[in-house]
Amino acid sequence: MLAQSNGLTLDALRDKAKVIRRHVVEMITAAKSGHPGGSLSAADILTALYFGGVLRHDPANPLDPNRDRFILSKGHAVPVLYATLAEAGYIPVDQLTTLRQLGSTLQGHPSKADLPIMEASTGSLGQGLSVGVGMALAAKMDMADYRVYVMIGDGEAEEGQIWEAAMYAGAAKVDQLVAILDYNKCQLDGTIEEILNWEPVAEKWAAFGWHIIEINGHDMAEILRALEEARQITGKPVCIIAHTVKGEGVSFMACNNEWHGKAPTADECAKALAELA
Amino acid sequence: MQLGKATREAYGEALAALGAEMPELVVLDADLSKSTMSKKFADKFPERFFNIGIAEANMVGIAAGLASAGKVPFASSFASFLICKGFDQMRMSVAYQGENVKFCGTHAGISIGEDGVSQQGIEDIALACALNGFVVIAPADETEMRAAVRAAALHQGPVYLRAGRPKAPIIYPDGKSEFVIGKADMLRDGRDLTIIANGLLVGPALEAAEQLAGEGIAVRVLNMATIKPLDTDAVVAAAKETGAILVAEEHINHGGLGSAVAMAVTAHAPAPMAFVNIGDRYAESGTGEALMEKYGLTTADVANAAKQLLARK
Ligand SMILES: Cc1ncc(C[n+]2csc(CCOP(=O)(O)OP(=O)(O)O)c2C)c(N)n1
Repeated sequence: MLAQSNGLTLDALRDKAKVIRRHVVEMITAAKSGHPGGSLSAADILTALYFGGVLRHDPANPLDPNRDRFILSKGHAVPVLYATLAEAGYIPVDQLTTLRQLGSTLQGHPSKADLPIMEASTGSLGQGLSVGVGMALAAKMDMADYRVYVMIGDGEAEEGQIWEAAMYAGAAKVDQLVAILDYNKCQLDGTIEEILNWEPVAEKWAAFGWHIIEINGHDMAEILRALEEARQITGKPVCIIAHTVKGEGVSFMACNNEWHGKAPTADECAKALAELA
Repeated sequence: MQLGKATREAYGEALAALGAEMPELVVLDADLSKSTMSKKFADKFPERFFNIGIAEANMVGIAAGLASAGKVPFASSFASFLICKGFDQMRMSVAYQGENVKFCGTHAGISIGEDGVSQQGIEDIALACALNGFVVIAPADETEMRAAVRAAALHQGPVYLRAGRPKAPIIYPDGKSEFVIGKADMLRDGRDLTIIANGLLVGPALEAAEQLAGEGIAVRVLNMATIKPLDTDAVVAAAKETGAILVAEEHINHGGLGSAVAMAVTAHAPAPMAFVNIGDRYAESGTGEALMEKYGLTTADVANAAKQLLARK
C-alpha cells in the first residue's frame, strides 16, 4: 500500500529547497535557455510537496494508480519539477543537465510522451487545471483517495480555460483537488498589475466555490500548514494562493523579470550558486 | 547564405513604420510582445496597442470587434497559441463574415528550438488555410515580411502571416518593391525540375538548386510565400515546363503548401511530386539547427529529394 512518508524537518526542507534551486540554475545554464524566474518562485512549494510528507508517492513505483498527482500547469517552470523529481529519486541527478538537449527525456516543457511520470503535457498555458479536475473526478468514481495538486501561474490564470475549470470544479464540488497559485506578481511582458490586474483574486476563487488559503509561498512552515489544511477540507476544491517572489533565492534574479526566460552565463551561474551554498 | 533579421523582427518594424501612415492601425498581443516584436509598435503608439494578457481566444474576439468598428487590427502571439487557442474565434468572429483582422503567428515551425513541442507551431498553415476567405502568407526573409505586412494592411479581409524565431537567410538582398498577394516569385529558372518553397525553406531550396546545377541539373525555384490563394498559374507552368515538382516547407505533411500545390498539379497538370517537410510527427527540444537537421529540413535533404524525384520523371 502506498503510504504518506514522514516529512523532513523544517531545516532539512529549507536545505533541500536550496539544493533544488542549485539544480535549477545549473540546468538552465547548461541548456543555455529556459525559465529561471518562475522555477525559483515555485521551489519551496515543490520541496514541501515532495519532501514534507505531503504527496503520497513512491519512486520505486512511480505510476502506482493510488499515487497523488502533481501537475505543473505552468509548464515553463519544469526545471524545478525535474530537479525535485531527481532529488526524490525519479530521475538520475546527473541527467538533469541534459535539459532541452536533442534526444533528452527532459524536454523544455513537460512531455508525458517522453517522460511518463509527467502527469500532463503542458507548456501551452491554461490547460493543467482541467486535466486535474478530470483526474479528481476519476478518483471519486473509483472510490480512490488520491489527491490531485495543480500548480498554476498568476499570468497563466488569465487564460479563460482556468476559469472554466475553476467554475466547474466549484459547482461540481470536486474535492481531492488542490490548485496552488504561484502568485509571483509577474508574467512575461511585465507585472500582473501592468498587463492584467485580476485582483481581488481570493474573492474570485471563493466566489467560484473554492476554499481559499492564502500564504507566503516561501515560508516552509506556512506551506506545510496550508497543505495540511487542504487535506482536511471535504466537499469543495481548495485554492492555495501562495505569495511568492519571481527568482526567489538568487539576489539578482529576485523581482527582476528579465529573468523570466533567460539563461545565466557561466559567471552568473557561479554567482547564483555561491548565494545558494 | 548570409543571415538577415528574423522575420518576427521585421514584423514588429513594419508595424511601427505603418503606424504613422495608418491611424486606424491597432495592434494586439497576448503577453508575448517582447518575443513577437509587436513591442516595437507598442513603444511608438502605446495608445493603439492592447496587451490582452495570456488569453489568445479573447484577443482574437477583441480584434474582431475592433475591426467591425473600422480599425485595422494586427494580433500576434506564437503561431501555436494564436491559431490553436484562437481557432474557433477566427472561424466565427472573423472568417465567417470576412472581418478585416490580420494575424501574425511567430516562432512558427521547429526552428524555435529548445522550448519544444508545446511552443512549436507546425500545423498553423493547415489550420489557417482551413478558414474560408483567409489569405495565408509565410514570408521568407525580413524584406519580404516587411512588404507582406504592408500588403496585409492594405488588403480588405482576414490575413494570417507566419513568422519565424531565428535570423532568416537573406533572399532579397536588393529589396522587394511590393508584395503581391497570391503571386509566386521565380528566384531561379531551370528546366529539369521545380522546387517550390516558402519561409525558412527558401534558403535551402536555393542552395540545393545551386548544388544541383554543379551536377548539370537545372532547377527552377519558386518562392511561394502566399499559400492561399495559391498562384495556380505558376504551379501549372512549372509542372508543364519542368515536369516534376518538389515542395519544401517547415510544416507537417498535411494541409500545408505541399497539399495546396498537389491539388493544383493533379487538377491541371499531373506530374511527379515529392515533399520535404516535418512529416506526421511532433518534434522535440533541441537547438533550432539540430532540429532542422534531425527532422529533415536541410539543404542536403532538399537536394536528395530532388534527385530521387528526378529519377521518377
Ligand atoms: C497559451 C500560452 N500563451 C503564451 C505562452 C508564452 N508564455 C510562456 S511563460 C509566459 C508567462 C507566464 O506567466 P506566469 O504564469 O505568471 O508564470 P511565471 O511568472 O510564474 O513564470 C508566457 C506568456 C504560453 N506558454 N502559453
